[in-house]
Amino acid sequence: MTSTFRTPEGGRIDRATTVEFTFDGQTLTGHPGDTLASALLANGRHQVATSIKFGRPRGIAAAWAEDPGGLVQIEEPFPEPMLLATTVELHDGLAAHGLPGQGRLADVPDSARYDAVHHHVDVLVVGAGPSGLAAALTAARAGARVALVDEQSEAGGSLLSGTERLDDAPALQWVAAAVAELAGHPEVLHLQRTTAFGSYDDGFVLALERRTDHLGAAAPKHVSRQRVWRIRARSIVVATGAHERPVVFADNDRPGTMLAGAARTFLHRYGVLPGREAVVFTTNDSAYDAALDLHRAGVHVQAVVDARPEGSPRREECEHAGIRVLSGAVVTGTQGVERVTHALVAPFADGEVGASSAIACDLLLVSGGWNPAVHLFSQARGRLRYDAALGAFLPGEQLDGLTVAGSAAGVFDLAGCLADGQRGARAALGALAVPPAEEDRLPTAPEPVVPTAPLVLWRVPDTSGADGSTSFVDLQRDATVADIARAVGAGLRSIEHVKRYTTIGTAHDQGKTSGVLTSGITAELLGIPVQDTGTTTFRPPYTPVAFAALAGRDRGRLFDPERVTALHEWHVAAGAVFEDVGQWKRPRHYPRPGEDMEAAVLRECAAARTGVGILDGSTLGKIDVQGPDAAVLLDRLYTNLMSSLKVGSVRYGVMCGVDGMVIDDGTVLRLAEDRFLVLTTTGGAAKILDWMEEWVQTEWPDLRVHCTSVTEQWCTFPVVGPRSRDVIGAVFPQVDVSNEAFPFMTWRDTTLDGVPVRLARISFSGELAFEVYVNPWYAVAVWQRLLDAGRPYGITPYGTETMHVLRAEKGYPIIGQDTDGTVTPHDLGMAWAVSKKKPDFVGKRSFSRPANQDPLRKQLVGLLPVDRRTVLPEGSQIVEFRTDGQLPPPPVPMLGHVTSSYRSAELARPFALALVKGGRERIGETVHVPVNGTLVPVEVTGSVLVDPEGARRDG
Amino acid sequence: MAELLRTHPLEGWRTAFERLPDTVRIAVEPFVAMVDVRLGTVGAEASAALGVDLPTAPNTWVPAGTGRAVWLGPDEWLLSSTTETPEELEARVRAAVVGLGGSATDVSAQRIGLRLTGARVRDVLAKGCSIDLHPRVFGRGSSAQTALGQAGVVLLALSDAADDVLVLVRSSFAGYLADWLLDAALEFTSTPND
Amino acid sequence: MQLIACPWCGPREEVEFHYGGQAHVPYPESPAELSDEEWAHYVFFRDNPKGRFAERWNHSAGCRRWFNAIRDTATYRFESVYRLDEPKPVTP
Repeated sequence: MTSTFRTPEGGRIDRATTVEFTFDGQTLTGHPGDTLASALLANGRHQVATSIKFGRPRGIAAAWAEDPGGLVQIEEPFPEPMLLATTVELHDGLAAHGLPGQGRLADVPDSARYDAVHHHVDVLVVGAGPSGLAAALTAARAGARVALVDEQSEAGGSLLSGTERLDDAPALQWVAAAVAELAGHPEVLHLQRTTAFGSYDDGFVLALERRTDHLGAAAPKHVSRQRVWRIRARSIVVATGAHERPVVFADNDRPGTMLAGAARTFLHRYGVLPGREAVVFTTNDSAYDAALDLHRAGVHVQAVVDARPEGSPRREECEHAGIRVLSGAVVTGTQGVERVTHALVAPFADGEVGASSAIACDLLLVSGGWNPAVHLFSQARGRLRYDAALGAFLPGEQLDGLTVAGSAAGVFDLAGCLADGQRGARAALGALAVPPAEEDRLPTAPEPVVPTAPLVLWRVPDTSGADGSTSFVDLQRDATVADIARAVGAGLRSIEHVKRYTTIGTAHDQGKTSGVLTSGITAELLGIPVQDTGTTTFRPPYTPVAFAALAGRDRGRLFDPERVTALHEWHVAAGAVFEDVGQWKRPRHYPRPGEDMEAAVLRECAAARTGVGILDGSTLGKIDVQGPDAAVLLDRLYTNLMSSLKVGSVRYGVMCGVDGMVIDDGTVLRLAEDRFLVLTTTGGAAKILDWMEEWVQTEWPDLRVHCTSVTEQWCTFPVVGPRSRDVIGAVFPQVDVSNEAFPFMTWRDTTLDGVPVRLARISFSGELAFEVYVNPWYAVAVWQRLLDAGRPYGITPYGTETMHVLRAEKGYPIIGQDTDGTVTPHDLGMAWAVSKKKPDFVGKRSFSRPANQDPLRKQLVGLLPVDRRTVLPEGSQIVEFRTDGQLPPPPVPMLGHVTSSYRSAELARPFALALVKGGRERIGETVHVPVNGTLVPVEVTGSVLVDPEGARRDG
Repeated sequence: MAELLRTHPLEGWRTAFERLPDTVRIAVEPFVAMVDVRLGTVGAEASAALGVDLPTAPNTWVPAGTGRAVWLGPDEWLLSSTTETPEELEARVRAAVVGLGGSATDVSAQRIGLRLTGARVRDVLAKGCSIDLHPRVFGRGSSAQTALGQAGVVLLALSDAADDVLVLVRSSFAGYLADWLLDAALEFTSTPND
Repeated sequence: MQLIACPWCGPREEVEFHYGGQAHVPYPESPAELSDEEWAHYVFFRDNPKGRFAERWNHSAGCRRWFNAIRDTATYRFESVYRLDEPKPVTP
């Protein structure tokens, strides 16, 4: 395969190396340094895809991210949808095909790595063209911490696409020297292939670095493929250049139609001739460079069509080269099928288009002027102003910490861009009070030729019979002038509305070429100035960013931290099945061979009710509350009295929000007159510490009390069941574990081989139980001692599922499962836990609000399915029949819902807890729960179903 | 009965840590006694009682006997000791500060320490820490309470070149953070495993 | 990612902080003496201005201290932060 459109020499490609790639199944070759687009053009291929709505042939129309035409699907090395051929660097083995709009996500996991890095700088320079390089040099020379990011594979920006000279040498020599100088500054981070895609608050810029994409299959696996740089800059210089703007005319989407500047890029950077016979259509002087450069490279330039009646002073240059220049003329349309064959050219004066004649060509270059790439400035909430002479929107104000320089600010000559870059960096340094270096020379650029004023022309006026329905504004969305006319005709005036009505600017390229055109054409159709139309809001990302890159390393096992207790390895070895409780991994049950969860839980429950079980309860939140006013604080935060608790004793307590709703519950151990250990639910640990701190810091700073998290300072093992006393007595022989010496709701300190251990008579199951507290350093050893001592009694480790069954059988609610933020202690049947003596505590005043006195409030009750078989799904609604035995007509009133539901070994039947309207008054009634399409009758009972007398807690 | 054995939550990571290159060394710190000290006013009396001038500049630490005193808040410090047991340290500090309206709580097992050394330490931390760790702003004696990845940490700068950093992390997050650090260091290993 | 200046730790990313709602809404001296309506105002009602707003923030991932801030709800800009024992800054 010969690349017939490759120039014999020149360009930034490595001609010594040939790489093979496939496109649409065809094997082609190119060179390192090519993009997929330049390699396709070198092979004479312009059409890349067909369009999303009309199926029209579409080709490469620009040379970088602004291209609205060349959408491809990558298949190898890894499937990736909707990339632009112009931004895909060529490598060996690349396989791609053209895409009519939407692509296909990979159906296999992406094995590439992605990561993120935080970086802090004094000055961030975005863009390594002439302005950006000048800015970075100035900042670096001043000793500042600098980052220079640029989206291309190498620095140089527009200099890569031309033949400019600096200091009487090719400009790229200066670029190389600048890059080398920057590399010598230790505080400079210079990143190519890195797109700054969003600017946010306080100098925060996100940039995507494509680190190994260009290496294809050779990419090292241990290095991230793409990296999101999270750059925090004290000052930012935006030197992002400008995008060339097309002019809209009929059939302007035909492959072979291309921005004039892009043709120069393909020629100079990639050594590719984008055609043999060219017509150049322009409204400004810049396209003359394309015409002359292509001519010199051997392209037959049929004509330069300049819409301006007076043309350009560069006309002579062209005519000298034998290029015909038609001033006061426009291209009105194209001919051809999959590739342009003719441009239709007509005289143009005073807004009137004359009769067209066809000029044969296979390349139609277009330039309607330049749009500064103001995206990052605009994202940072910078206001834009319309420059009528340029027909472009420019930065319209000075932002703190962000300066726009060079073409992005509307400076279009090389000398001006260099000087503006330096100015931008000096402004940035000035704001940071960093003086510039004494030696900070700019290269000498040729005197700029003063250009003649461009003509602002958004679209070629319709010729007779044309309705704008093939005059494409947004090629990716197949949206035309006719669509804008329809939007305006429908009464839309705001450019934001026009955008959404026509979908212009909502595709993959986000309107880089179509946005300003839409503003101009809309203004024209409405007969208002363009500045009144304005632009749509620029939002990140500037170019598409893969979700994988945004996710970075936060996936797989690093997706969400897994918190584990000191016994985790033991649980794993014991075959535990884990459940997620917040970020904690907790054993849910420990199935024996052949057991499912139901069997395992019934066995574990039976052990705890008849023998002895042991639970790893270390995830419970624990807070050390210390200070002379510790009891005062707890009295104010718990609904019940804590100050009367004796040292050595334990009390259960409930906490409410100011609205009177339960937020947490747990036990409190009084360690000393001035010290308590507060236990919270696993999920409430951080929340309750924050809650306490909030009250202490913001409301009661006078209280002499301090709260400290000790959640991970203590492992907690409840040893539960009628034989628990035997086990604890065996492990701690020095402790008198009799009920008289060690009564319920007390605690004792002891030691085990010199290691401090705290024991507490607390029960969350109704059974005789001891909680063992120990420093996690010794957790495994102590747990093992307990297991060894319990072996004669068949001690059975149990998980959270069994814990739930045991507590639910006793009617103990789980805050957050049986409650939902609308439940008071009274609703839970815990009026006994609400002090009547205390003048106030958080939540008290709300209890007397009328809504909280309503007898029809939902209350916690038990439910027993009458069939003794059905396990009611948690969350099920509860309904009741009318007296006539029928359901009320829809909407059927809901009485409440099931909050907890289990199978009980003790009751030998399933049971549930539920919140039911006026539930306590309904005890004994039968209500119904819809389960799988049938209504299951259930009996309403009290919430305590096992041992309601509490006879078992003392063994 | 045999003496109760201690187990470290990162026992299972030691081998992986040992395989890391010199540019990113991770060492699991031995268990040390630590107390959380709360004290409203720091003065000569407190210094005398504690034997250390508690640092009052936010985000700093100072050596304190065999351990360190780390600023955690305007009235909160983390005090460590390598020569006392947790109980001894809590008892000593509590005795010193209770009379001054302060408190002291044994938090020895709340956090574990990972010491990161090597030229790439800053690069590894920068993958998940949003604060500036440049030596110009995070030299020896600096500390920071912040997030590393998705774990809350206390970072202590032990050198002036940001190449020696102690990371304190809640014990239950230790495994997550160890995995996170190994993953972050992967690109600096000369012989990657995968 | 905005920066919020903790009065103790200095500027940190906003994700290190928790919002605490309107500042200077003290817990009533004697809740029992309030009417239902007055109590409901304390529990449920807060100002919602466009523009300057005095708010409570907590540096939850750092020093865990609460502080107050004047923030413009239209621009998100923090105009000032101040400690709980400092008076609300006088704004023009």
